[in-house]
Amino acid sequence: MTYIAKPKLRHPAIAVNKLGYTHRDYEGSVSTLCAGCGHDSISFAIIQACFELNIEPHRVAKLSGIGCSSKTPDYLLGQSHGFNSVHGRMPSVLTGANLANRDLLYLGISGDGDSASIGLGQFVHCVRRSVNMVYITENNGVYGLTKGQFSATADKGSKSKAGGFNPDSPLDLVSMALMVGATFVGRSFSGDKAQMVPLIMAAMSHPGPAFIDIVSPCVAFNNHAGSTKAYDFVRAHNEAVNRLDIMEPREAITVEYAPGTTEEVALHDGSTLRLAKLAADYDPFDRVGAMNYLQSHAAAGELVTGLIYMDSAAKDMHANLNTVAAPLNRLSEKELCPGAKGLDAFNAAHR
Amino acid sequence: MPAINSVNDFVVKFANVNGSGSASANEMFARSILRMGVPVASRNIFPSNIQGLPTWYEVRVSGKGWLGRRGGVDLMVAMNPQTWDKDVASLDAGGYLFYDSSRPIPLSKFRDDINVIRMPLTEICNAAYKDPRQRQLFKNIIYVGALAQLLGIEIDVLEKLVGEQYKGKDALIAPNHQALRMGFDHARDELSGRCGLKIERADEVGERIFVSGNDAAGLGCVYGGATVAAWYPITPSTSVAEAFAKHCRKYRVDPETGKNKFAIVQSEDEISAIGTVIGAGWNGARAFTATSGPGISLMQEFLGLAYFAELPAVIIDVQRGGPSTGMPTRTQQADLLICAYASHGDTKHVVLLPKDPRETFEFCALSFDLAERLQTPVFVLEDLDIGMNDWLCEPFAWDDSKVYDRGKVMTAEELEAGKTFGRYLDVDGDAIPYRTLPGTHPTKGAFFTRGTSRDRFAKYSEEGPVYQDNMQRLLRKFETAKSMVPAPVINLAKDKSQEKSPERTKYGLVFFGSTAPAAREALAALAEDGIHLDRMRVRAFPFPDAVSDFINAYDQVFLVEQNRDAQMRSLLVNECGIDPARFISILHFDGTPITARFIIQAISERLALTSREAAE
Repeated sequence: MTYIAKPKLRHPAIAVNKLGYTHRDYEGSVSTLCAGCGHDSISFAIIQACFELNIEPHRVAKLSGIGCSSKTPDYLLGQSHGFNSVHGRMPSVLTGANLANRDLLYLGISGDGDSASIGLGQFVHCVRRSVNMVYITENNGVYGLTKGQFSATADKGSKSKAGGFNPDSPLDLVSMALMVGATFVGRSFSGDKAQMVPLIMAAMSHPGPAFIDIVSPCVAFNNHAGSTKAYDFVRAHNEAVNRLDIMEPREAITVEYAPGTTEEVALHDGSTLRLAKLAADYDPFDRVGAMNYLQSHAAAGELVTGLIYMDSAAKDMHANLNTVAAPLNRLSEKELCPGAKGLDAFNAAHR
Repeated sequence: MPAINSVNDFVVKFANVNGSGSASANEMFARSILRMGVPVASRNIFPSNIQGLPTWYEVRVSGKGWLGRRGGVDLMVAMNPQTWDKDVASLDAGGYLFYDSSRPIPLSKFRDDINVIRMPLTEICNAAYKDPRQRQLFKNIIYVGALAQLLGIEIDVLEKLVGEQYKGKDALIAPNHQALRMGFDHARDELSGRCGLKIERADEVGERIFVSGNDAAGLGCVYGGATVAAWYPITPSTSVAEAFAKHCRKYRVDPETGKNKFAIVQSEDEISAIGTVIGAGWNGARAFTATSGPGISLMQEFLGLAYFAELPAVIIDVQRGGPSTGMPTRTQQADLLICAYASHGDTKHVVLLPKDPRETFEFCALSFDLAERLQTPVFVLEDLDIGMNDWLCEPFAWDDSKVYDRGKVMTAEELEAGKTFGRYLDVDGDAIPYRTLPGTHPTKGAFFTRGTSRDRFAKYSEEGPVYQDNMQRLLRKFETAKSMVPAPVINLAKDKSQEKSPERTKYGLVFFGSTAPAAREALAALAEDGIHLDRMRVRAFPFPDAVSDFINAYDQVFLVEQNRDAQMRSLLVNECGIDPARFISILHFDGTPITARFIIQAISERLALTSREAAE
């Protein structure tokens, strides 16, 4: 956790958004993560997305569990209330917060240990319950704060920094989110800001459970040869199915389907890899098709990224529970307490 | 042959097989006595099972209004061959054994100091009904009809109850009336005068209502302004959430929009349930969960977070027999310590100890004020006896001038006016800091809530003095809580209103929760023998000073608890520094509610021993 305050100086020509906020208004404390950590890139992408969407910072509530990823809410949106809760249990806290006030934007930030290992149960049930939120996992396949143990998303056979091999099958949170009813599912890579920012913006505009798994290499413990969560490996196996463009806030998201577009990505070793950015046969509105696509490409060793699935007609938990439009935390005794009169009937019925 | 003769003062016990439909017939029997103006206390003693295992229903009839268990049985309605020997053995000498005599039972299976009332129930049912399910269900109603005749309960009262129970299902009324009559007529013709136990119409019930603690808890949460409930099914607390849902459907649906002013989530486990409650509390909604011991065990980590990060939460714990799965359908008071000190590290929590459904209603409503004022978890400790049994208690009341205490929440206006905000800053000297809710102000008042150590302004810090400063303040906050929780109820045995300073007795009696009626009855009985004890009912932790003042005023106090380890004694010794030798524990932990006879015996034996020792 950081305790370093940022200087308040700002460049006179710094860009402002429609609400008059600058980037700095969306920043948090100085990150204490390792230099080069993928998580810091994700924090930046979130800041960028909020800036571009003209979100009032205090209308966001950011929640997390425990771990490196769960520290990051402190490094963004300093004007927002944050809650660094219990390991693996952020989803239930976020559910409660959302029930109390449906008017805020709920940003859940978690990691693969927090969501796929100790918190797998809470993760799937929170998604099942259609909580309106943006849930991001910063997925590095490793426990960073305890120095390098495998997490549940580590691929079978992948190698640890200490030299061990992972004998266990990996959990894929994207497939799981699709299976249990997430109505917005994306996957991205912390090294691809151009893909991350519009994806996060789209998720923030989505009125239901939005989940984005972002592969985010751990430079300290999981960025070596033999790791499937290393920068080099992810860049080499990243298969983006589409590219998102965000127009004006709350407008439709346009998805380009033009096939054959390619992109050149410079790798750490100086070589260049050409990647097909768009898949001609991919339909992100077909849930079952998406699940099949993910499985077949995972079997081929490819990491499918981009907007995986979206249901534009999503409904959230409050719709399912038929709650009033006003936030529940704003109701007073006048609206909540039936008073002495209400007890007359109760007492009479129990004699 | 001895025969007990008693009017409006006896114990009837029904021995049944669960899933046979006996519960509603037995309850109707108890209610009919209430309608005759005679107080009853009824208790279900049931297995963790849906069909086929033994279950009992005990009805204490007490014209004097004693509502605890007395102990012993005067009339056994033995409908379960599996438990016959035990049931016959449990009768007081001179008591009555009522049974289904359709099949012969060897003479050796009876006792010669009891009175046997034989009724061929199966034969009667088989002759009257063809459908096997009807034969089973109406058998229960037929014995209720017969008992009404034997005991002198007016048949009209029962018929009216049938009408109320099947309101809207009118087709069921006539066959039930017919079954009642069948039993009544048989008893009149064949069994008349066989039973010396009688119900005589009285006026001892008054305005009182007959209600379960869990129903009361659900209603108390509605009145206390709870808008979020998250829970996981567990006996014996499930009916709290169900009652909350029922009362919300009645009282909390906006008549114009049809929308709900409440949200209920059935969580995937108790960890999630308390997480949801804490998240809602953090965001300014009144939220609660209902659970039992195993759920409390699972919630420990979150409870520490709520204590340390200072978040309101209400936990209704309906205690059952532990440890582990223990006795899931039996009653105990064995979660006291795990609630008082829930979670790792140094923690202390507010615990409320209601004695009956009425107080459960009041304490549940109060718990939300306390949780928000103190910004901390508040436990309401029911037990299975209060929670799942109907208790005769005073009608519920509500003061319409009452305003919820939402605690110290800074508004946008206060922040705008430049009021200093330090989340963990003790501004008022009561160790309770101010908080802000998410979304309040665009640039002021945001902070980061965390379970890690931080300074008065919510900034992360692992500095020893900063950590200690916060922990000491939490301790001072707990001191503040002492003046806010319900005070103990103290009654002096020789307190005559005209005496200015009544003389205290040598010994005192201390008790809490569901043992209250049995304890009071025991003291009344002892007083008739010239043994007087002052009494105190503890109603909350932290203990107000009056609690230790009372205990320290006596040579010794008897302390009644329904657990093995004398948990209340541990808590009193630990928190108040009372000499452990001051306590004489009366411990009852077999899973059944304590009886007045048990307490009388424990006190009498001890006092007899003491006087013998003094004489030697």
